[in-house]
Amino acid sequence: MSDIQLVEAPPGVEGAGFFATSLDKVIGLARSNSLWPLPFATSCCGIEFMATMASHYDLSRFGAERLSFSPRQADLLMVMGTISKKMGPVLRQVYLQMAEPRWVMAVGACASSGGIFDTYSVLQGIDEVIPVDVYVPGCPPRPEAIIDGFIGIQKLVQTESLRRRNTPEYQKLLASYGIQ
Amino acid sequence: MGKITNEELLKKISEKFEQHITVVGEPYGLLTIETDRDNIISLLSYLKNDTVLQFIFLTDITGIHYPAQENPIGVIYHLHSLVNNVRIRIKVFLPAADYHIPTASTVWEGANWMERETYDFFGVTFDGHPDLRRILNVDDMTVFPMRKEYPLEDPNRVDKKDYFFGR
Repeated sequence: MSDIQLVEAPPGVEGAGFFATSLDKVIGLARSNSLWPLPFATSCCGIEFMATMASHYDLSRFGAERLSFSPRQADLLMVMGTISKKMGPVLRQVYLQMAEPRWVMAVGACASSGGIFDTYSVLQGIDEVIPVDVYVPGCPPRPEAIIDGFIGIQKLVQTESLRRRNTPEYQKLLASYGIQ
Repeated sequence: MGKITNEELLKKISEKFEQHITVVGEPYGLLTIETDRDNIISLLSYLKNDTVLQFIFLTDITGIHYPAQENPIGVIYHLHSLVNNVRIRIKVFLPAADYHIPTASTVWEGANWMERETYDFFGVTFDGHPDLRRILNVDDMTVFPMRKEYPLEDPNRVDKKDYFFGR
């Protein structure tokens, strides 16, 4: 027999022939299990990400097997590796090209804080140019840590309101980065 | 071993540039001489075009900064004679606050990017360069980071202060 597991239904009212819950929860459930990640891999964390995507760790178990190499269709920007100051505007451009709803994950010490590259040419964390939802520590993080960060993103997606982009705090956050 | 020894090479250069060069030494067998910016291009042209020496390959142009020296910033040329299998290093030191030197892109086209890099990191202006702008760093950078007068680390950040690490 098949041992495929389905996600659990969100809390709601259940009766004979019907199930009622809020649209936020259903959409969040659907979104969180079909995230399209855009890998922005510049160094060794990218190699760990390749291991995460490969058969042994298999990120597709979490519904993320479809990598989007176009930012237009991507939901999740995964920044893995050292981002130099010259790369900063490129990363920002990629983020701006993504459609809402969009999430960002900073994988590894370099993307999160500049890591060991505390120097004039390296961006000291991508949160200097774009907002970040989840930080994954490690130098580089193991695939388990990347998966843990991904599950953190999924939890965010599930519990957020349907249109996060309309909330005042989100708009304030984007405005602080000079993004409309 | 090269077809020309360092002694022969030095003798040939000295015939033409007697007053303008000083010999720094031969570390690891690499003949190193120093000249000034008025003679550097004619020296490079001579080394390249001489029918015996034939230093046809410009390996690298780079810079160096000795803040304590009277002439703090140096420009260093590495030439390679592929025919004779011999190399030479030429140094030019520039006086403080007047970092100008004629461009070597008139001799080698390949000097173009090397000089842009040296300008980018040391702020040496190569007079006559066709397109002297930054090549590796961000365009809006205002400092020349390899000079020993700027902090290596980003001074704006607060989360890497020593006391967080018990230092």
